[in-house]
Amino acid sequence: MKVSAEEVKHIAQLSRLTVPETEMQIFTEQFNQILSYADIMQKVDTTGIEPTPYVLPITNAFREDIAKPGVSHEAALSNAPAVENDGFKVPRVLE
Amino acid sequence: MDLFKYTAHELHEKLVNKEITAVELTNAVYARIEEVDEQVNAYISLSKEEALAQAEKVDAKIAAGEAIAPLAGIPVVFKDNININGQVTSCASKMMHGVSTIFDAHATEQLRKEDAVFLGKANMAEFSIGNTTDNSFYGAAHNPWNLACTTGGCATAAAVAAGEAIWALASDTSGDLRQPAAYAGCVGIKPTYGRVSRLGLAAYASSMDQIGAVTKDVTDAATVLNAICGKDFRDSTSWEVETPDFTKALVADVKGLRIGVPKEYFGENVDAKIKAEVEKAIEQYKAMGAEIVEVSMPHTEYAVRTFYVVANGEAGANFARYDGVRYGYRNMEAQTASEMTARSRDEGFGEEVKLRLMFGTHVLSKGYYENYYVRAMKVRTLIRNDFEEAFKQCDVLLTPTTPVLAEAYNTEMDAFAKYELDFTTVTANLAGLPAITVPCGFVDGMPVGMQLIGKVLDEATILKAAYTFEQATDFHKVMAPLGGNK
Repeated sequence: MKVSAEEVKHIAQLSRLTVPETEMQIFTEQFNQILSYADIMQKVDTTGIEPTPYVLPITNAFREDIAKPGVSHEAALSNAPAVENDGFKVPRVLE
Repeated sequence: MDLFKYTAHELHEKLVNKEITAVELTNAVYARIEEVDEQVNAYISLSKEEALAQAEKVDAKIAAGEAIAPLAGIPVVFKDNININGQVTSCASKMMHGVSTIFDAHATEQLRKEDAVFLGKANMAEFSIGNTTDNSFYGAAHNPWNLACTTGGCATAAAVAAGEAIWALASDTSGDLRQPAAYAGCVGIKPTYGRVSRLGLAAYASSMDQIGAVTKDVTDAATVLNAICGKDFRDSTSWEVETPDFTKALVADVKGLRIGVPKEYFGENVDAKIKAEVEKAIEQYKAMGAEIVEVSMPHTEYAVRTFYVVANGEAGANFARYDGVRYGYRNMEAQTASEMTARSRDEGFGEEVKLRLMFGTHVLSKGYYENYYVRAMKVRTLIRNDFEEAFKQCDVLLTPTTPVLAEAYNTEMDAFAKYELDFTTVTANLAGLPAITVPCGFVDGMPVGMQLIGKVLDEATILKAAYTFEQATDFHKVMAPLGGNK
């Protein structure tokens, strides 16, 4: 199932990535090649087959509701590119 | 005495018998790194100060007459996607360059309890994406058997083979532990999915990522599993099952063992010279009393495509965390938060990673989810069913670990042909099964690995089969020559 350059632009936006206009054509071609690679799977008869999201039985991980020490503010902020007033600083959110 | 040439269990004996000290051993390995890493480029970072402090602690215990754990004082390298508190976990990406982690991985905690010595972090494909290290932010790593060749998707095994570590803690999502081990003439084991907690392992494809070990022999592989397996309540996919003593499986005996040989792993897409070496190993097993059974796994041809859709879908979701806000690379010129995130990701991720993240986002998006992601999860079920059927006729499966030898960096290859090289290893990830690679021969001076895949939670049988072969052969004893020009 091929996609257009317009759709690739949308996919990039959903992925929080940008494809430069100058590379759009070649990128779209590349993307469509990957889709046709994956499309080979359409040949497989999967009627009545259950999907496998995980290979083992998964149960919720509960623990006793007792307070435990967490990550300190200092540690949490130690890798932040920008910090202000004990918080992560980012450029303005509303455009 | 070149201490870096020994296995962990040999060195443990030497430590206990006071022939050597852990500090001497650690210094010897760092001297080796100093000597050869310029050629191999296996390391991204070193932590000598912490390593020597860990070694001193072990020496003090020995001097005080205390018992030490099997991995105590033994120098280990970590793949650079597994956390060591206070050290950088770069995932070989500009995105995570310089980011110091603030907690230990569960496996790291387990190895601290053993008093292992942490040498540093090994080079890898960016975020484990790709089956060579040529997209690493820190430059490609080189194979110690021939420096012109790739190490596969991670440099941990190259480090071990070059004597720059005694063993390595690594991860395996598509074979990126077993393939480098085969390329470097090492043993590599990926336990059953859920045996080792993924806490502190940078997530790539969460339903397949699994921590394992690269070692010089099967005994060391079993020893490491004893240390790192076990339930961890902080990982919901950590399986609450008993951890046996894996070293109990180290018995040289395959009489009556039914070894399945799936014909799809011996097709035209596998190098004939590799097939010849693996077929010799099959003959040897037969001579040792094993029963060889031919089996068929018809969905193998779809394995890499299935992986590609599932893994990239999972990565698309997992990698949302790299947003430039809390850690990692940030574009400092952006005027708004959304522009900052997009530009940070544009500049922080390599090209292959970006392409795959977009593909992953696409297959999870409305209108495509059913046709790609759900279908791939269904084909994944069919691949699991292939294993289930095969294991009705045999106890273990034997295949080549890789369809080709470690290739020269200048080999021209179509991107899809390169993806397909993972077909021999990726099936065990899709099915969550334990698998081990052991050296089984040489072709043109390069090591060849054979893979044994076991039933779920049955590491014991593959360890036993691998150990039996190893004890009857000398392939694992040959050292890499560090030859050839980069």
